[in-house]
Amino acid sequence: MSLLRFTRDHEWIRLDGDFAVVGITDYAQSQLGDVVYVELPEIGRRVDQGKEAAVVESVKAASEVYAPASGEVVEVNDALAADPAKVNADAMGEGWFLKLRLADAKELDGLLDEEAYRKFVEEQH
Amino acid sequence: MTNPATIAATAAPFERTALYPLHCELGAKMVAFAGYEMPVHYAAGILAEHLHTRSQAGLFDVSHMGQIRLGGAGVVTTFEALVPGDLEALAPLRMRYTLFLNEAGGILDDLMATRIGDGLLLVVNAARKEADLAHLRGRLPQAATVEPLLDRALLALQGPAAATVLSRYIAGVGRLGFMTAAEVELDGRKCLVTRSGYTGEDGFEISLPANAAEGFARRLLAEPEVLPIGLGARDSLRLEAGLCLYGHDIDETTTPIEADLAWTIGKRRRVEGGFPGAATVLRQLREGPARKRVGIRPEGRAPAREDTEIADPQGNPIGRVTSGGFGPSVGGPVAMGYVDRDHAAEGTAVELIVRGVPRPARVVRLPFIPARYYRG
Repeated sequence: MSLLRFTRDHEWIRLDGDFAVVGITDYAQSQLGDVVYVELPEIGRRVDQGKEAAVVESVKAASEVYAPASGEVVEVNDALAADPAKVNADAMGEGWFLKLRLADAKELDGLLDEEAYRKFVEEQH
Repeated sequence: MTNPATIAATAAPFERTALYPLHCELGAKMVAFAGYEMPVHYAAGILAEHLHTRSQAGLFDVSHMGQIRLGGAGVVTTFEALVPGDLEALAPLRMRYTLFLNEAGGILDDLMATRIGDGLLLVVNAARKEADLAHLRGRLPQAATVEPLLDRALLALQGPAAATVLSRYIAGVGRLGFMTAAEVELDGRKCLVTRSGYTGEDGFEISLPANAAEGFARRLLAEPEVLPIGLGARDSLRLEAGLCLYGHDIDETTTPIEADLAWTIGKRRRVEGGFPGAATVLRQLREGPARKRVGIRPEGRAPAREDTEIADPQGNPIGRVTSGGFGPSVGGPVAMGYVDRDHAAEGTAVELIVRGVPRPARVVRLPFIPARYYRG
């Protein structure tokens, strides 16, 4: 089973061997509203944990998406260019943003598991 | 990601309109706007609310806006000295879009003025109403009465089905001309209905007693064509319609000529002057302004938000975006902003600097979608 972790900034990361897929959470998409544009990094770019990796824009505003862990971008979800609404429809699945080759999988240790993230979101209200 | 929560954590007490309980019941996401707690969107979301307004009808609570009644002998003449519009020519129950100007020709507020009897009913921006009241009281003579209508709500019903829907409650309202008003009764209560709006669609605004607003709003929302629409879609609708938002596209530093609002200056006023900043405004009208508000269509998919720098193709700064975002009916990003006069012609290639990267765009004619105002 793959390891799923969450950030307090509402990104998710799913570990798959040396690689990890990254997106924003269902809570994040519900707060953003209709996503109309996603800007993804170039393949090969190095991203650092907690630093900007992508941009997601709703009708209302633009938000930065931070990298949940450091690594090299090896793939991005090109389907979001034509259909950014996938982020709203399936944030944890087809609405994924990018795939990283992780620099250090231990960085995930500081992130929240599913239960801890659920509690964290509840505390926001 | 950046915290998506939008409600500002602040201690300032917010005012509420008469429809506040209804907004909450309808599941609106409430935000602080101009000192009020207002719905930014309902369950349907901004995109669906926007498209619904263009295809059927949307109900907006705009009770936060200021309604001010002006009365007293000769008030139309004395009021005219504050604005560049020809108000003397305004027949009873006709309305006009006009501007409060300062002595430099800068815009203090934009407003709607309707001739009622010997006086006027003004609808002004929520964030400007206190300043406008002070301005009116300071500048109008003693004989004038300036009365803010604090116990009135304001609803807007907008969209191609608006006339059909409203006709079920107000007989004959479908024949009301664009930018005209009618005094009507709703359940025995006096209301003023105008054929006007802020969406580029046909539609109405209804000024009614605050304690009658919730009941009437519920009846309109029960009509199959009508959905409640929040401030989010109100903003994207007016942007596509090329309409200015005060404090963003126009303010004290912009003149009516720079803002491409020369059409608000009456023919007689162009000859006679006699409004604040007339020397500057009429000179700009003759010689052309140094910069001009234009429509801008980004060529890619990335929206260019307010304050985005506009550059020429060589990278020299030529202006700034004042409103920008995604246009749901256009199906892509749209913006407006000010550019130097040499770059204001339709079709001019420009660049928008979004997140440090220049992105190609073009100056285009406003509005982004054809206006569908009622023309009889």
